[in-house]
Amino acid sequence: MNSRIWTILRKETIHIRRDPRSLVIVFLMPIMMILLYGYAITFDIKEIRLGILDQDRTPASHELVHDLTSSNYFIVSGYLQARDEIAEAFLKRRMLAVLVIPPGFSADMGTKAVTEVQVLVDGSNANTATVALNYIKSFFVARSLQMNAEILRSPVNLQPRVWYNPDLKSAHFIVPGLVAVIMMMICALLTSVTVARERESGTMEQILVSPVRSIEIIIGKTLPYVLLALVDAIVVVVFAQMVFGVPFRGDPLWLLGFSLIYVYACLCFGIFISARVATQQIAMMSAMLATMLPSILLSGFIFPILSMPKILQLLSYIVPARYYLVIIRGIMLKGIGPVHLWMPALFLAVFGTLLLMISIRRFKTNLEG
Amino acid sequence: MTADIHCDNVAKRYGSVAALDGLDLQVREAEMHGLIGPDGAGKTTLLRILCGLLFADSGRIRLADHDPRTQSRALRAFLGYMPQRFSLYPDLTVTENLRFFADLFQVKPDEREKRLQRLLSFSRLGPFSERKAAALSGGMKQKLALSCTLIHTPRILLLDEPTTGVDPVSRREFWDILAEMRGEGVTILVSTPYMDEAARCDRISFIHKGKVLVTDAPANIPGLYRQQLLEVKTAENVAAARAIQADGGFSSVQVFGDRIHVSAAGDAASMRKRVQACLQQHHISIEEIRPVPATIEDVFVELLR
Repeated sequence: MNSRIWTILRKETIHIRRDPRSLVIVFLMPIMMILLYGYAITFDIKEIRLGILDQDRTPASHELVHDLTSSNYFIVSGYLQARDEIAEAFLKRRMLAVLVIPPGFSADMGTKAVTEVQVLVDGSNANTATVALNYIKSFFVARSLQMNAEILRSPVNLQPRVWYNPDLKSAHFIVPGLVAVIMMMICALLTSVTVARERESGTMEQILVSPVRSIEIIIGKTLPYVLLALVDAIVVVVFAQMVFGVPFRGDPLWLLGFSLIYVYACLCFGIFISARVATQQIAMMSAMLATMLPSILLSGFIFPILSMPKILQLLSYIVPARYYLVIIRGIMLKGIGPVHLWMPALFLAVFGTLLLMISIRRFKTNLEG
Repeated sequence: MTADIHCDNVAKRYGSVAALDGLDLQVREAEMHGLIGPDGAGKTTLLRILCGLLFADSGRIRLADHDPRTQSRALRAFLGYMPQRFSLYPDLTVTENLRFFADLFQVKPDEREKRLQRLLSFSRLGPFSERKAAALSGGMKQKLALSCTLIHTPRILLLDEPTTGVDPVSRREFWDILAEMRGEGVTILVSTPYMDEAARCDRISFIHKGKVLVTDAPANIPGLYRQQLLEVKTAENVAAARAIQADGGFSSVQVFGDRIHVSAAGDAASMRKRVQACLQQHHISIEEIRPVPATIEDVFVELLR
């Protein structure tokens, strides 16, 4: 290898080794983020506070309440006596939903074609409200079918099966995505400050008056972080798997290989920011801004890309996390191999190399603006 | 190839401010050349242009027949530049810093170790070779910085106020190293705010508002002084200086610590009478009053007016 690249690489390695504080951040920050995001972002809503306004007060109405609340999706947070108590319960956020069983419920059930039950939901949090409503709806659909089964046979019987994540646990879906988001942020941060740090301290001026080329500085400063970031990625994946029990169905070696490509693309992104930025602070801010929001919002991490406006869909093509998400979910959840994943991997490799080349071109060995 | 420096009519603007304004400078091979001038005169800009970090807007520049803009890589192989704010890597040891710069210039390992030992003994940093740069004193840091600049044995050395903020002992050691380098035939261009350092140069150039006003050997500089200079010592120098200034009959009045320099175009005897009369009027007693030859500083103060 070019001896000057080697010289700069060795110096960077010493910087990394002698800065234990940064190392702690590099390993601790992802773990904190996994814990925070992993527990905070969940669509599995449990223990919805349900109020009961039972105006029927018969064994049939008691049975209905018992059946509905026997799953841990609902807990009964109180019994109401009159309709006008509902508003207050919502305002004080004592209840998220109220089930109203009208008088004559059990009498109707035997005689009328349709028996009515009302549910009121606090819609100020649309997300939770929707989930609560869906639970209740499916409960009543199932119950109606069950009661009708004796009378008539339903013409179409749907038998749902969910593959790869049969319980639809959101952790299985979120945690691999988190790895993509976290690695993007950490890698971009790592390299974005390395050039800016030397500009700020003045050492850059000193390096520039040697016969060094910009390609030697850029590559010498990117390479040492590849290993660091890869170790970081392994720690994050292993930790995430241990804590959230995300299945790992594919070959870890393939994930390692693809992660290497991803980490490379992310580091190149950081160095791309660093090439022209004057201070570490601006470098860090730019790295955070340019990686965090796009990786969370435009990668398909949470929000499906297909339901975005066209322009955002197009924008998502330049978000590296989008490609790694396909890879990591594919390997961990579906257990697929390189045959199905070479496309996103190729894109990441091209993306990184392109950024690296632009950085080399943009980096100048003089101080002219 | 002679290691000399030529600047002809060099200009450089930062927006509407002219940092260099038709500057001419000739530095001979193996000469120690001092750059003197007030802050903002353009010294740093000139040195940065010479090593190719900045580009001149116009004018012709050659260092050992190399154009610093178009031939910067070839030039930098035999050029040493120490910026005003030389920063070492604080987390690297003295030896690691030296080795890094040696490797950057692709000095061969056996040659590198030889030079390393020589520079360590030169700069008396030997006992601190395994100490991190962050833990060095200001003077030691500057000597290490110079050593890093010298590790590839440059033929031309550009130094931007290398001893600013360094204690007097380290300053002298630093200049001893420079004298040694000059003896080995290295061309040195050094800017300095210290007149005693300027006096150690072969020639000095006084630079002001982006132009070189005068270039000469330090010994010849006082001869450029066109006026008569009186040195006055009194019990109350500040009050005395104010009184003489108020008199209006002198072109400059400067307080240098325990003495006042008064200059005017006239002859020494009539000047002395006028100063004595003026101070008597203000009831300030004179301890000593005598004509003195001008110093380099006096000449530059006069040039600045």
